[in-house]
Amino acid sequence: MATLMVPENLVYERPHSFTDAPTHYCPGCTHGVAHRLIAEVLEEMNLTERTIGVAPVGCAVFAYNYFDTDFVEAAHGRAPAMATGIKRCLPDHIVFTYQGDGDLASIGMGEIVHAAARGENITVIFINNANYGMTGGQMAPTTLPGMKTTSSPDGRDVETQGYPIRMAEMLATLDGAGYVVRRSLHDPANIRKAKKAIRTAFEVQERKLGFSMVELLSTCPSNWNLTPVESLKWLEEHMLPFYPLGDYKVAPAVAAAKI
Amino acid sequence: MARELWEGNQAIAEAAIRVGLEAYFGYPITPQNEILEWMSKRLPELGRAFVQAEAELGAINMVYGAACTGARVMTSSSSPGISLMMEGLSYIAGTEVPMVLVNVMRGGPGLGNIAPSQADYNQICKGGGHGDYHPIVLAPASIQEAVDLMPVAFDLAEKYLNICCILIDGSIGQMMEPVELPEMRPVVRKDYPWAVNGAKGRPRRILTSIYLDPPEEEKTNLRLLKRWREAQEKEIRYKEYFIEDAEFVVIGFGTAGRVALSAVRAARAQGIKVGLFRPITVAPFPYKRLAELARQASAFLVVEMNAGQMLEDVRLAVNGSIPIEFYGRLGGVVPFPDEILSEIQRVAKAKLRADSDPIADWMKRMEMIAR
Amino acid sequence: MPAKGTIEVNDLYCKGCELCVAACPPQVLALDMERLTPKGYHPVHIVKEGCTGCAICALVCPDAAITVYREVTKAAAPVAAGG
Repeated sequence: MATLMVPENLVYERPHSFTDAPTHYCPGCTHGVAHRLIAEVLEEMNLTERTIGVAPVGCAVFAYNYFDTDFVEAAHGRAPAMATGIKRCLPDHIVFTYQGDGDLASIGMGEIVHAAARGENITVIFINNANYGMTGGQMAPTTLPGMKTTSSPDGRDVETQGYPIRMAEMLATLDGAGYVVRRSLHDPANIRKAKKAIRTAFEVQERKLGFSMVELLSTCPSNWNLTPVESLKWLEEHMLPFYPLGDYKVAPAVAAAKI
Repeated sequence: MARELWEGNQAIAEAAIRVGLEAYFGYPITPQNEILEWMSKRLPELGRAFVQAEAELGAINMVYGAACTGARVMTSSSSPGISLMMEGLSYIAGTEVPMVLVNVMRGGPGLGNIAPSQADYNQICKGGGHGDYHPIVLAPASIQEAVDLMPVAFDLAEKYLNICCILIDGSIGQMMEPVELPEMRPVVRKDYPWAVNGAKGRPRRILTSIYLDPPEEEKTNLRLLKRWREAQEKEIRYKEYFIEDAEFVVIGFGTAGRVALSAVRAARAQGIKVGLFRPITVAPFPYKRLAELARQASAFLVVEMNAGQMLEDVRLAVNGSIPIEFYGRLGGVVPFPDEILSEIQRVAKAKLRADSDPIADWMKRMEMIAR
Repeated sequence: MPAKGTIEVNDLYCKGCELCVAACPPQVLALDMERLTPKGYHPVHIVKEGCTGCAICALVCPDAAITVYREVTKAAAPVAAGG
């Protein structure tokens, strides 16, 4: 088998736009898959030397340790505002935020909505895993009705705790949004589609076609109390029906660009 | 350049633009709207960045992002808006990036009112947001002084990698005075060794305020403190009037200091040997100079448009060596020169004790005034 | 005749999550219960013949721990994992 391991036979290797650091994510958490897809896209588009990432508060707070690009660390929910400040001062650079559902859809709702409404030329990678991972699995704005979390121990009661928010659908209503889609990371086919969407989102920014966001349905095995493999199944059975995958906004200019 | 009649807020905005402001992010709030409005017209026409944010929270975090790129950036707000910005200000201080903040104070607490006040002295001079940090705070008393302090503010922010605040109140923001503005300077983006602007031909850079390892956070705090001590050593600014032969000294910053100057002049005309000390850097505070003056003067009279916030710093400087009297107006009330003159006359005649309680004494007198 | 492939797993990154084990089409992967990574996980390895170098393991790997090789034949020209 060793003779197979020669450069001409190489099919896949760790993206060079990653640093050497192992991630701090729990085993099987699909945050890592999302990171890897972004790294692959940055490398393929040759963007690492002019990209600035904006890390959130949440499990991905240390995202800046893993990408070989300049990075800043935002306050909880404020990544789109910080990205706005960076992008307005460096309009020809690529600026992306990486945010979880508590960060983006709860405490940062104002920032994300207005960044999209302004048509801010940034890319947002939004990880929806239906709970607050870092703080220990509390109820998130994306937690499904009836879903048990550490702050909805009897299951989310929509009568008292309200309903989950579908961010992609909501942001798609804004005229400033150029490209808003939802993808999932639960199987190889969907991971491929997710990567294609991430690539499109960065292309949209590169061509200055407005705000772009890829929402990624993601797993949280530790807080869901499931194995990584069971988590994929749970995502497929419970999250997909509530959060349908699809292209919620492809602005005419984006469609015309045929990315 | 010629002297022209300018409104305070607009003059401050134009001065910032002329000394190289690259980006402004703000949110409307009275009494500083004219800064935002001026920026909204001027910055786009100059090809620079302007965003009216969704809230002060968004504005300060846009400033945070812009500051990380090494751009000259500022925002402005007034009391309730500054409270909202405290989150971002703490992060900016913790990340050690420079910015200028113009704080046009109004009456509070809460929604308060839109009248001139100095009630947010403690908020900004003592840090404001969470964590151990001190912004540099400059308190001009006229539009010209505010204009002249704009380049100083940017230079200090960039030298000390800190927030530099221009602390004024609604009266300076909205009055009109003849001023000379600086010449238009070209914008020069400095290539700071810390700025995030794309890792081309260099190792990547990370700007963050998170140090999960407590000893690392401690080192960061010590680094901030070291810079702060250096600013305390090198950047103290104040103005003195009739100090040389003064037997007692009135102390006031900003508008209160300016009104007090009229009163001091009137008192001098009556032969009262009184001087005025007006701190310009209220943070770092001129403790040393005041300690020196406490050896010369027999008493201090502190005048503020708040309930004695700077008074605490003066008491720290004096350390009980001489009596301190206090006169304050609150909630957006600006004292008249006559009020301060009668305080000066009272202090000139009174038998004062160094261990008296200036706030208690003043509150007794206020029962008559604020009826 | 399917293409012949193999993988190399980097112990620095592999956390033994088994996502690749479940996803592997020819089912040739398993955790190596004889070994521990420096972080204390049992890393994945190939346990039997049949790897085609399809790179699906790398595609689902959250830790970019897997390098994939495939014998270059006319029938199976390499394609990037992300496609």
